[in-house]
Amino acid sequence: MNVVLPSLLDGFVLNIRLFVTTLLLSVPLGLVIMYGSMTKILPIRWVSRLFVWIIRGTPLMLQLIIVMYVPGLLRWPIQAKSRMGAALAAFVINYAAYFSEIYRGGIESISVGQYEAGQVLGMTRPQVFFRVVLLQVVKRVTPAMSNEVITLVKDTSLARIIGVTEIIMSADRFTKQGLIWPLFTTGLFFLAFSGLLTILFRYAEDRMDFFRA
Amino acid sequence: MSVLVVENLSKRFDSLEVVRGVGFSLNRGESLAIIGSSGSGKTTLLRCLNGLETPSAGRILINGQKLFDADDPHSENLKRRRASRHFGLVFQSFILFPQYTALENVTLAVELNARKSPEYRANRRETIASIKKTGLAILDSVGLAAKAGAYPHQLSGGQQQRVAIARALARDPDILCFDEPTSALDPELTGEVLNVIRGLASRNTTMVIVTHEMDFARQVADNALFIDNGAAIEYGSADEVISHPREERTRQFLERYSQPT
Repeated sequence: MNVVLPSLLDGFVLNIRLFVTTLLLSVPLGLVIMYGSMTKILPIRWVSRLFVWIIRGTPLMLQLIIVMYVPGLLRWPIQAKSRMGAALAAFVINYAAYFSEIYRGGIESISVGQYEAGQVLGMTRPQVFFRVVLLQVVKRVTPAMSNEVITLVKDTSLARIIGVTEIIMSADRFTKQGLIWPLFTTGLFFLAFSGLLTILFRYAEDRMDFFRA
Repeated sequence: MSVLVVENLSKRFDSLEVVRGVGFSLNRGESLAIIGSSGSGKTTLLRCLNGLETPSAGRILINGQKLFDADDPHSENLKRRRASRHFGLVFQSFILFPQYTALENVTLAVELNARKSPEYRANRRETIASIKKTGLAILDSVGLAAKAGAYPHQLSGGQQQRVAIARALARDPDILCFDEPTSALDPELTGEVLNVIRGLASRNTTMVIVTHEMDFARQVADNALFIDNGAAIEYGSADEVISHPREERTRQFLERYSQPT
């Protein structure tokens, strides 16, 4: 007991570090990819959409393995410095692709009329975007983002496939010693954390409940 | 002198010519009703005036000054045209900003515009207070002072459209345009919106009104323009065009609309 819990906690710290860093990097990177897949410059749009298709069309587990091992096998100059770094890179790329599609859906769901109404009032394009459109987009994408973010919490445990000793890998070492309960206990960690996120997202949705968009 | 002169205005989308050489003029304090069937190019004409479309041909003059000239390619700058405050537009489907209250909808653009002036920095609080006060007065003039704090989804369609009118008025445009302002409303709500426009006409607001309400157009507008298939067919005093049309096509159109319901 006094061995197991600290060990699980150490593992879960890695899950949370992966989670937080992935979010911090993939939320803005998703904006860049969204911009790429909506631009009028066709080559950039094609590359962005091909990228999104590949990332969303292949398993995250495979992407983790590729990021971890392929650069070394091909002797590329750029290689992940650590297992944690490789996991982070794979998660960021994967989630940025998903986020970019959520953002794109949100922006495209705003009617042209909102832009035109702002324009005929003499507002500039940035004014229309930041003062009129943005909050409506945020409101519309929040449920989808909430889903994706809660999925990320659980996906962080996939990092074990490339040897990151996150919580499930930590627990698994006890399973091999014949101790089953630590493995099941990991579920409680995930439940607690995703419960917290659910409350946060519920709060955000309530804060935006004053208008319909 | 005419505040607005439109000469030979055309708009083409690829091979489709939606507006074909339409011209009219409008004196200050007068209003013009534009009538015609759906798809005849009325909305596109308004969009050309309001800087949402660039006409393919023709000229737009404001107070004798050239605002747009298709023959002078350097003259067109949609952004500048929209910022110029010559036109205001009330859309068929209101298009209020959902996250702002009625009052904020009215004052948002005015306040953003005021930020450009150096006074704003110096007297920020006073400027905002005065914009708010003016906004409230305008809301009051459309009968919605009591709804200043309401969000669009809490208002009826007729109330939303009256807020949209107040929003357009707040910029104090030279010419206020209406694109079928009652077509998206339930019949029992059209009256309150038409009454607001009647009030504006009685206070000599210069207006261009695209409408299917023929009785209203005859009462309120000084002149009327009948458009069919993108072309101006008949142009004259509202009473003449609507009550005593000379053109056969105008007559046919009016017969379809004036049937008692």
